[in-house]
Amino acid sequence: MTAARRLVLFHLWTAFAAFAAASVLGAWQMWMRSPLRPPFATPDNYFLSVTAHGTAMAYVLTTFFVMGFGYYVAETALGRPIPQPRLAWAGFWIALFGTLMAVLSILSGRASVLYTFYPPITATPFFYIGLVLVVVGSWIWVALMVLAMAQWKRAEPGKAVPLAMFATVANAIMWAWTTVGVAAELLFQIIPASLGLVQSIDVGMSRTLFSWTLHAIVYFWLFPAYIAFYTMAPEAAGGRLYSDTMGRLTFVLFLIYSLPVGMHHLFMDPEHSTGFKFLQMVLTAFVAAPTLLTVFTITASMEIAGRLAGGKGLFGWIGALPWHRPMVLATGLSFLMLFFGGGGGLVNMAYGMNAMVHNTSWVTAHFHLIFGGTVVTMYFAIAYAIWPTLTGRQAGRFRRQRLQLWLWFIGMMVTTLPWHWLGLRGQWRRVALFDYTNPAIAAWGPLVIVSFVGGLVMLASALLFVANLADKNAALIRDPVIRYARPYHEAHRIPASLNGFGLWNAVVAVLMLAAYGWPIAQFIVNPSPSAVVHRVDR
Amino acid sequence: MAASEEDVLRTEIRWSFVVFAATALILISILYAGLVHGINPPSNIETVDPKTLHLSGEFTEGNLGTRVEADGGVTVRVVTTQFAFVPQCVVVPTDRKVTLRFASPDVIHGVLVAGTNVNTMVIPGYVSQVHTTFKTTGDLLTPCHEFCGLGHSQMWAIVRAVAPADFKPDAQGRAACDGR
Ligand SMILES: [Cu+2]
Ligand SMILES: [Cu+2]
Repeated sequence: MTAARRLVLFHLWTAFAAFAAASVLGAWQMWMRSPLRPPFATPDNYFLSVTAHGTAMAYVLTTFFVMGFGYYVAETALGRPIPQPRLAWAGFWIALFGTLMAVLSILSGRASVLYTFYPPITATPFFYIGLVLVVVGSWIWVALMVLAMAQWKRAEPGKAVPLAMFATVANAIMWAWTTVGVAAELLFQIIPASLGLVQSIDVGMSRTLFSWTLHAIVYFWLFPAYIAFYTMAPEAAGGRLYSDTMGRLTFVLFLIYSLPVGMHHLFMDPEHSTGFKFLQMVLTAFVAAPTLLTVFTITASMEIAGRLAGGKGLFGWIGALPWHRPMVLATGLSFLMLFFGGGGGLVNMAYGMNAMVHNTSWVTAHFHLIFGGTVVTMYFAIAYAIWPTLTGRQAGRFRRQRLQLWLWFIGMMVTTLPWHWLGLRGQWRRVALFDYTNPAIAAWGPLVIVSFVGGLVMLASALLFVANLADKNAALIRDPVIRYARPYHEAHRIPASLNGFGLWNAVVAVLMLAAYGWPIAQFIVNPSPSAVVHRVDR
Repeated sequence: MAASEEDVLRTEIRWSFVVFAATALILISILYAGLVHGINPPSNIETVDPKTLHLSGEFTEGNLGTRVEADGGVTVRVVTTQFAFVPQCVVVPTDRKVTLRFASPDVIHGVLVAGTNVNTMVIPGYVSQVHTTFKTTGDLLTPCHEFCGLGHSQMWAIVRAVAPADFKPDAQGRAACDGR
């Protein structure tokens, strides 16, 4: 069993508790937006709920899951205990304390600003300080991941860092870069305003700083899913990883291309020029590369497994795969959702077409499909895969695991396909109550009810997931171990550039300077008129 | 099944070319739309002080709404404020270039006109400017699409698109929904 299992389990249970609570809120929100009105249907409750849902899903579920899984990989992939476990625990408690502070602020009704803040609207300072503490806890994790890899390399000179750990450290380093934007926005702009130290905010600056974080944070959430694609799915399918080198290259590309692209969230903003928007759009297009490389490499790895299992012909290997294994099933479903979500993303990315969909339900559909679909499905699969090595038990019966995965997939599709359609019809975002007596939107009602039903299916899946993890009657597993996929060809001669991050940090620095240097400096060189703070906490 | 390490590498490189070509194709179509059809996002970087915009300049109350400028162009000026559009209804002619200009005296808002390419954020401190040509007549749904506070859901306007013959500005070049 895993030595750091308590540490990992504390992280994962925090993540999944937040996930379950946020799933309940999500379903209620869909109910409220539909023509059927639920209890407690007031705008105050709706925006409180949206803030809680976003904070729990985007900050708590993800950060704690990534940290917990990172510690797990550091121990199991490197085959040695994690360094400084006391520090790791300190990081956990700091992040948990911050989470509770943020949650209580939201429940008090003094932080209904959504998880993306929207200054000059300003909430109670405890909300922001709580979130900063979550980030501080995660910075400790970043340091420990880098340290774990450095110690391993010293002990095993010249050897290739195992892919799962290489990817985990890539994510840690990317996360350190990512948090700079939001940390600057919170520490220099929003928290001083919230404490009453300043009375106005440069909104162009705050949006630009937040955009620095806004794209890369999604890749921070996504990394565990890709780690599972490369290092767990081929093994579960009974095959080999087609190319270890491609895996490394993919993770390096994620590190460098997910950062200098955040301005694609500001295409419809007036404070940036077409030139910088175009530059960041071009860089955004390159983010498609690591994903397409992954789709190819993982499909090839699966083909190896399918042929080893006796699959013949062009597509015969697909049927020969062990779909009854949750990890294999999850990978298949995840890829399907990536197909739909990625297609939608191409529209968001095109800076002209973006005008058709910006801030409509299309966008909500896109990120729920990519994050809630592709990524969270793999969180489930990872939890199921590593649970025996953490608890000595399987996480419920395989049948229930598969049922849970299918329910999530069906619920997600039923929820988000109508959203795409409604978005194209102009259904706008962040609305508590739609007035369906207005003939212009009356026709939307039935579709919104369909997506509410999808939300209920997802809620059932979320609860089943937690029940599976908590199942005390599940089969005991003797001497559980986790095996990471072996590459088709063992990586013996690995170039130093694909075994560390020194070079890539320099590349990120140059790209960030090019992409964000002037867009941020312009607010200092030509300050724009600032906006008066609007408090929501009194 | 006996692919050598070189085979694997060669296959991956071939696929990388496909990926690169697909990405390039997408970028070229976006570039084409931007340069040839002028499909570009609002990026005018024009500042206005949210604290004083109601006191002087183009966003004072008398200047809001639709106006035919001296050069014949049609400009619509709207203030987006918690939780209303001022004016709540604007009239525009179809089949004619229209420039929409928005400003906010308080917080962030956003505006889209359903069924058109009009979509912009309204950031306090800046004027948001969008050019469009309306194609269909009717009362077009025009909500605030960005969270601006608890009243956000009630914040919406109407863009009334009328046929060129029904677009009748007064002597000062002004047109309004109530036929003023
Ligand atoms: Cu993004
Ligand atoms: Cu609004």
